[in-house]
Amino acid sequence: MILLTIFLVGPIISSFYGSLTNASLSGAAAQNSSFVGFDNYAALFADPDFPKSVILTLVFLVASAIVGQNVLGLGLAILMRSSSRMVRSLVGTFVVTAWVLPEIVAAFAAYAFFNETGTLNNMLSAVGIDGPNWLYALPLLSVSLANIWRGTAFSMLIYAAALQDVPTEITESAEVDGARGWQRLLFITIPMIRRSISTNLMLTTLQTLSVFTLIFVMTGGGPGTDSSTLPVLAYQEAFQFGQLGFGTAIATVMLVVGALFSIAYIRVLKPEVD
Amino acid sequence: MKKSYVSAVALSAAAALVLSGCSAGGDEASSDSTTIKVAYQKFGAFIQVDDHMKAMKEAFEAENEGLTVELVPIEGQENDYATKLALMNQSPATAPDVMYEDTFRVQSDSDAGYLAPLDEYTEGWSDWDNFYDNAKSAGLGSDGLTYGIPMGTDTRAIWYNKDLFAQAGLEVPFAPETWEDVLDAAATIKAELPDVMPLNVYSGKAQGEAASMQGFEMLLYGTSDSLYDADDQKWMTGSDGFVDSLGFIEDVYQGDLGPTPEQALDKNVGNLVLGEWLPQGELAMAVDGSWISGTWLETGTAPWPEWNDVMGQAAMPTQTGDAPGATSMSGGWTLAMGSGAQNKDAAWDFIALALNKDNAQSYDIAASQIAVRSDVSEDANYQAANPTFGFFSEIVEFTHFRPATSDYAQISSAITVAMESVMTGQQSPEEAAAVYDDAVIGIVGEDGTTSKK
Repeated sequence: MILLTIFLVGPIISSFYGSLTNASLSGAAAQNSSFVGFDNYAALFADPDFPKSVILTLVFLVASAIVGQNVLGLGLAILMRSSSRMVRSLVGTFVVTAWVLPEIVAAFAAYAFFNETGTLNNMLSAVGIDGPNWLYALPLLSVSLANIWRGTAFSMLIYAAALQDVPTEITESAEVDGARGWQRLLFITIPMIRRSISTNLMLTTLQTLSVFTLIFVMTGGGPGTDSSTLPVLAYQEAFQFGQLGFGTAIATVMLVVGALFSIAYIRVLKPEVD
Repeated sequence: MKKSYVSAVALSAAAALVLSGCSAGGDEASSDSTTIKVAYQKFGAFIQVDDHMKAMKEAFEAENEGLTVELVPIEGQENDYATKLALMNQSPATAPDVMYEDTFRVQSDSDAGYLAPLDEYTEGWSDWDNFYDNAKSAGLGSDGLTYGIPMGTDTRAIWYNKDLFAQAGLEVPFAPETWEDVLDAAATIKAELPDVMPLNVYSGKAQGEAASMQGFEMLLYGTSDSLYDADDQKWMTGSDGFVDSLGFIEDVYQGDLGPTPEQALDKNVGNLVLGEWLPQGELAMAVDGSWISGTWLETGTAPWPEWNDVMGQAAMPTQTGDAPGATSMSGGWTLAMGSGAQNKDAAWDFIALALNKDNAQSYDIAASQIAVRSDVSEDANYQAANPTFGFFSEIVEFTHFRPATSDYAQISSAITVAMESVMTGQQSPEEAAAVYDDAVIGIVGEDGTTSKK
């Protein structure tokens, strides 16, 4: 309990307190920061970049984590169950490689892939398609795809383990009763791995909410603010513009968003009820 | 049980988010008093400070037995360097004893308590009389004390490729009198030499101070407006000059007269301009600094023996040719001492050694800096070392300095935001200027601004 307080509650309180001050990187406020109440939050909600950033974050979250990583991860896990050992190990290696790479390396790899003269456009031009400059024209799509590529392995591993626990008798008896493949998936498998889905959704959501390196390396949050999700915005305010207090306010908002999602998952998927 | 486990995971992940953003340093002393930690910037083509510091480390250690100099080169572009330096300064464990400090940050960093005043040392330093007064004033904090010893200064102008100009049928030497002349020349080059990029003006957030000073302020200070009213100590909002300057950026980037916005927003564009585009004749004109020929000297990262035959310089004209006919911006860097330095005397000795006449001269030559010591600028070897020193020293008479207030750094960021929205076509110059005005009011308050509307 004491450890929990020190390492969990402490930072949250310190973040919240920091967001109520005008702490900055340089200037007089760096030496003596003062308490400014909710000024940072007032400024944040009045900032036109903020709602845009929240929407970008939510789109990025839904597209790359909730839909992309989870659905693809579950799909891969199911496919790999029914495929040969050879295919399984090949696909497994390929998918897990992306996950094993340190984030900065993965980010550079994705940058090289989506870059104007990168691998993707080279492949497209080989088949006669003149690809757009992905990072510039479709920044959010590019970073979402990169995040799916990087994060799917995690979901796949969780689901592969969960599927092992689904007793074969149940699926077999359902098959005997005439349930089709998708019915078995929807009514048998998914309810049975509900807990894993909940845990996995929560982990991928929180992981994706905090994705910074990937976006920062690939697009720098740009062009303009077209891919500035909350972590990138917080970095920009705190470290590029030197407003530590303001940046911390954004971090606190992220905390709240993460907490809301966690509560929603626990309520909807009721992992503790059997 | 399960639930609490899951919420613990959720909480710890959330806390990790926050923790990573705001880890404060410990309390242990920065280093023992026999080590002097020197922090400076090293990035891409910019290696001259690194070379200078390495030489100084050797000289200093030879002279002072028992003392060691620990060099901390920070690889990052200007804004990243400033951020890193500020973060290092926040904790005594990492704060450097001597740092390479931009003149425009001296005030805000001394207000922040990061820097130590140097007046007691300069009083007893005979070399100090050789520094020009305007250079000395660049190292003053808002309390009037000296916090930085200037290493050199700079001016900015248009560099152009004489060969490309001749091929396009343009007059050499190029002597534009208005912005229109510059844009016309760019349009001619685009028409005559379609493979050549006509004009580079740094722009956008990724370029940081290079965009706001080398790009935007070179334009704005050539209009009848400026950023800051020094007499009233108020920032200007709603000025026509601001909108017109953004209009120039729009003409260049949305009119295909410059790099594509994608290229210009790459953090590495500065290295590309100096290392590839100019030497390889891919770029005809660049609004850039007096120091850039340092890259092409034998000591630089992209030696280019013919540079002086190919590249010409023209002063940046004012918007409509109004007096004085040309404009420029000046900055410069200093060496400053950290307020937490354990061995201040040794740190001062290092600064004094690094900026004595001979060492200041060798640095100014290698980095193509305009000398701030009269004994260096009058030295025949210095004058002969780089044929452009004459031109760039002449335009000092038109030059402007950035407002040296501690709000400038944030306002400079707001300028780059406005530039980026205009160059990418997300906003018109008027819209971007209005966003800038709001940002400035947000930074300094309504009372700190004066509207030109």
